[in-house]
Amino acid sequence: MRAFQFKAATSPKDATGTGTDTVFIAGGTNVIDLMKLDVVKPARLVDLGPLSFRGIALDSTGLRIGALEKMADVAEDPRVAKEYPVISQALLKSASAQIRNMASMGGNLMQRTRCGYFRDTVSPCNKRVPGSGCPALEGENRMHAIFGVSDSCCATHPSDLAVALVALDSVLKLQGPQGIREVKLEDFYLLPENTPDREHDISPGEIITEIFVPGKEWARRSGYLKIRDRESYEFALTSAAVALDLDGSTIRDARIAVGGVGTKPWSLPVVAEALKGKAANREVFAAAAEQATEGARTLSQNGFKVPLLKRTLVRVLCEVGGVA
Amino acid sequence: MHCRNDDTQGEPSPDKGRSSRRHFLSQLAALSASLTIAAPAARAASSKERSRPETPDPEQPESLVDIVLKVNGQEKPLKVDSRVTVLDAVRDRLNMSGTKKGCDHGACGACTVLIDGKRVLSCLTLAVMAQGKEITTIEGLAHGDELHPVQAAFVSCDGFQCGYCTPGQIMSAVGCIYEGHTRSDSEIREFMSGNICRCGAYPNIVQAIKQAAPQMKRAVS
Repeated sequence: MRAFQFKAATSPKDATGTGTDTVFIAGGTNVIDLMKLDVVKPARLVDLGPLSFRGIALDSTGLRIGALEKMADVAEDPRVAKEYPVISQALLKSASAQIRNMASMGGNLMQRTRCGYFRDTVSPCNKRVPGSGCPALEGENRMHAIFGVSDSCCATHPSDLAVALVALDSVLKLQGPQGIREVKLEDFYLLPENTPDREHDISPGEIITEIFVPGKEWARRSGYLKIRDRESYEFALTSAAVALDLDGSTIRDARIAVGGVGTKPWSLPVVAEALKGKAANREVFAAAAEQATEGARTLSQNGFKVPLLKRTLVRVLCEVGGVA
Repeated sequence: MHCRNDDTQGEPSPDKGRSSRRHFLSQLAALSASLTIAAPAARAASSKERSRPETPDPEQPESLVDIVLKVNGQEKPLKVDSRVTVLDAVRDRLNMSGTKKGCDHGACGACTVLIDGKRVLSCLTLAVMAQGKEITTIEGLAHGDELHPVQAAFVSCDGFQCGYCTPGQIMSAVGCIYEGHTRSDSEIREFMSGNICRCGAYPNIVQAIKQAAPQMKRAVS
């Protein structure tokens, strides 16, 4: 690891007054790993831990989570598990118990891709060294994306939490040198296009301070299914977050996002729209899931994700919709 | 459910276990020293370099910081490079080698310690960020010669083979029991999935945790 200056932030200004050579650290589970790999090389490391962006608050408008809350604490909060089960389930299927005790909610949303070429500084990678190329497009791409793929990058976004939060129309609160602003989480993540090194709608010195999840009808009947090579402590091959608002057995409204398949957490409004007004049953779910992979761009090793994603969707829709 | 060697439950005999292990290790050290005099470079590469903290960059003297780590109840003042992890600080600066370095990237769990009572990965925790917190390592579990219930259960259930992952498994198990995630075998397996055992001692580790959990609850209440 290269040397850096360390500073513990004592006020938000300590963080927001910093420049492009500064990296923020909260739990450290991703950034220390990447610094050891020499992928992330900050001149300054600013610890956000002492700041006060904490708390889990629910009211009739929704759920507010301080960005520095630990993944484990949010996952185990009984109010979150009851009112926003998809968030709790996605968190508990993330990483390991130790990492969930360390990692912050905001940091989870900022975690970098697990693409092996990105993490290996000997390989070219447009995300790490713009213009150097993308070996994954023709190389080892079994774990890579089928949505949002460009000729520059096909790296999968790794966060389960982000998939659940995108499904629920969540909004981030950001604080920076220019003040406070809000951005829809789905728009916070940028498509790789020709600039895969730009991953987020965030400026130097800006930090995530809060996550807001609207308290809509569909949030309470929601769930997360994650399919992996091994049953625990592994990133997704495919995953799906679904939320259903049912009137009896009729689907009034739905929200769907999928993971393990996109260069960003991928929402599927077409599938959600196909469910509206229909009866909640396996045939309806299967017909809607057929539309999930329209526009997918598969690579040499990840074509299996197309049928796997459809089956993932049908299974979690049946579970959440109470269909045997 | 109790594991085999239940007779050790009433009066665990850590001294016996420890002295024989010590004896074995000292013999091994003597043997390895005699073998590696001819190949000092190989010895350095195989055993020392992996766990040595990064040396400070002379051009970056400001990266050296004075800190105090509270480890197993004792305050330890240290001057460390800001890159030093809790893992390297306890192993190489405080000479507590119980905490093990496995992958050094947060993938294996061998370095698990408790910080403020929560199980975390010491390889991904900077020492400068652990100031003012209570760090508990495997050395801090036993009361003198009396093993912690989880340590005793790992012995009686044979929850290890080579033993390298064991300190991390035990610290993680203590955290798992504190968290209350021991209601079934599958729950234990899920919440212990961050600790990899290449020997595959998993079934006995699950048995050890099932055995220790009620004992820990009794000790707390």
